[in-house]
Amino acid sequence: MGVPPVTVEVVEREFGELALNMGPQHPSTHGVLRLVLHLSGETVVRAKPSIGYLHRGVEKLSEHLAYDQLAPVYERNDYLSPTANSLAYCLAVERLASIEVPRRGRFMRAFVAEWQRIASHLVWLGTLGLDLGGALGGGTTLYMYCFREREKILDFLEALTGTRFHTNVNMIGGCRYDLDAATAAWSERLAAAVEAALPELHAMSGDTPIFRERTRGVGVIPPDLALAVGVTGPTLRGSGIAHDVRKDAPYDAYGELPLSVPSRSAGDAEARFQVRIEEIRASLSLVRAIVAGLPAGPIFSRKPIKNPKATKVPAGEVYAAVESPRGELGMHLVSEGGPKPYRLKIRAPSFCNLQVVEYLLPGGLVADVVAILGSLDPVMGDVDR
Amino acid sequence: MDPLKVVEQPPAGSRLEDVAEEVVRFPGGGIALLRTEALFQWAQSSSLWPLTFGLACCAIEMMAAFAGRFDLDRFGVILRPTPRQADVMIIAGTVTIKMAPRIRTLYDQMAHPKWVISMGSCANSGDHYRNVYSVVPGVDHVIPVDVYVAGCPPTPEALMEGIFELQRKIRKGSRAGA
Amino acid sequence: MPAPEVVAALATRFAAAPFPLGVSVARESLVEAARVLRDHHGYRYYLLGTATERADAIEVLHAVRHPATLDTLFLKTALPKDDPTVDSLVLVWSGADWNEREIYDLFGVRFRGHPDLRRILLPDEYEGHPLRKDFPMDAPWGFRP
Repeated sequence: MGVPPVTVEVVEREFGELALNMGPQHPSTHGVLRLVLHLSGETVVRAKPSIGYLHRGVEKLSEHLAYDQLAPVYERNDYLSPTANSLAYCLAVERLASIEVPRRGRFMRAFVAEWQRIASHLVWLGTLGLDLGGALGGGTTLYMYCFREREKILDFLEALTGTRFHTNVNMIGGCRYDLDAATAAWSERLAAAVEAALPELHAMSGDTPIFRERTRGVGVIPPDLALAVGVTGPTLRGSGIAHDVRKDAPYDAYGELPLSVPSRSAGDAEARFQVRIEEIRASLSLVRAIVAGLPAGPIFSRKPIKNPKATKVPAGEVYAAVESPRGELGMHLVSEGGPKPYRLKIRAPSFCNLQVVEYLLPGGLVADVVAILGSLDPVMGDVDR
Repeated sequence: MDPLKVVEQPPAGSRLEDVAEEVVRFPGGGIALLRTEALFQWAQSSSLWPLTFGLACCAIEMMAAFAGRFDLDRFGVILRPTPRQADVMIIAGTVTIKMAPRIRTLYDQMAHPKWVISMGSCANSGDHYRNVYSVVPGVDHVIPVDVYVAGCPPTPEALMEGIFELQRKIRKGSRAGA
Repeated sequence: MPAPEVVAALATRFAAAPFPLGVSVARESLVEAARVLRDHHGYRYYLLGTATERADAIEVLHAVRHPATLDTLFLKTALPKDDPTVDSLVLVWSGADWNEREIYDLFGVRFRGHPDLRRILLPDEYEGHPLRKDFPMDAPWGFRP
């Protein structure tokens, strides 16, 4: 089969439609997403997304590795908040095998997850600046400022765990890294620094008239469509439905922490932007609450693992979900009693959120395509697995 | 938070004085005497323009390398979105069978001289996905690679060192592809 | 744990067998059970679609949720391996679209009535369905540059 070229092909039909291929290599598609847009002038008539350019067969790989070996593999799925994936997996195995996680371990897992949520939202905001402002047209300023804040967070994670973002903190039965007094003080200073930078970031984005014009009324998702398609996360909360797995089905330490779930009812890109900005603030107060209320005790409840292939999980089926920065990230684990999972299905939030693109893009302009994709915040590693 | 002072001096061997036979500077300018090959190598290595080609997680570290802290712009490295304007292609992420023909097309669309940096374990060898049915174990099955940067993901400092390695390779006379 | 009264209602009406995550119905009554679940019981929120290959059958599962009570129910149906076809639920929940394409891509299950049943994660010309148990993990990928 011939290789489809990355070019513009003019399709002469009665209505004079132009079929424009956007991606899979494109600066604004958030990874390897391919959109075939049918345009009539500047208006999008039809949009067909094509995915699978990063399909790494993680679900098949799960059937060939032992339970204890698998948590780091999933961190590469949604690579902007890696611990969310491994946390969902650890929760699923712990529920099926009835493994109790000690209280301090639960708080530590939530701690790293919230810091990664803030880091992920900073990447989203920075790339939104690139999308809406252009790489050489002023959007790069927002990108540089967001990544400056993110570098502070990554430095902190490197001091805590040893690596910048594939931190490998979650284990079946608890957490791998612990917080001491110096790191806790560093976390407090960091939270203050990020919170002080937020008004400046908001002034560069949401307060500017160009940003408002490009996001207000763009990409409105009606709540019924959102529920029927299965949209989750800030995308759903921007349409007025305030679902959040941390509040609806609390896991780890979230049942004991003061959690606020921001939501807006407009359903457009600006609403989703505002929801995510408020989520950064909510996550900052969560990390402060975790450091203040961190209980004493162990962080890992099992004996040291000498042979990862010796862990066996009883037969059964379980579904466990966490709230990743993109939405509900779930793992449906089927076990037949052996040392390896029998079947593991990852419910990827970006996969379900991206389906709604087919309904949102028609009727809008070409320039709105980039704004809508940016406001949905898909991560292709999560979509394709 | 102090910015990390990674590189304070220009990379060794990258100044005009290092590549030219003789340089005389006077107020308002200067004269340099050097072979044309050395001149072209110095120019090309000092302004490598990569194609934005992030596939997976390594793309995020590549974006961090281009951001303010590690700042590759001071080495003449600017990201270009189209292969026609790019010298070097940084493959950052896992190469799948669906993506591989597109990588080949983009590589063919780049104009000579062109180089390839394979960033991260997935592009080097497939990492832990190397046995999966849909993954190409290493991008060197598709295109010739000049520099391999190891890591999962490599830190931005490692990517910078990989770019310096490519610059050294160009100054020694590599035109394109290994 | 799914709501017991919904499980009981489906059990009596469709002879559905309960399992820990939801109910299992026969494949002929899948669409009707889905419609009853959405319209009568209010499970309008589609969560995920997946398949599991067992020793003698392929199970297709759809997980749905009630937006108000937040109860999650898995609707399962078992298909024989020599005839893995089942009705598509796209007209009941739009979110089933891509999920069913993924199940077709990775398991080979055909969905009757799906508007655009083609591969989604693998190239269109790929042969074989990788998540089947008899498909080796390191199958030759047959790539030609």
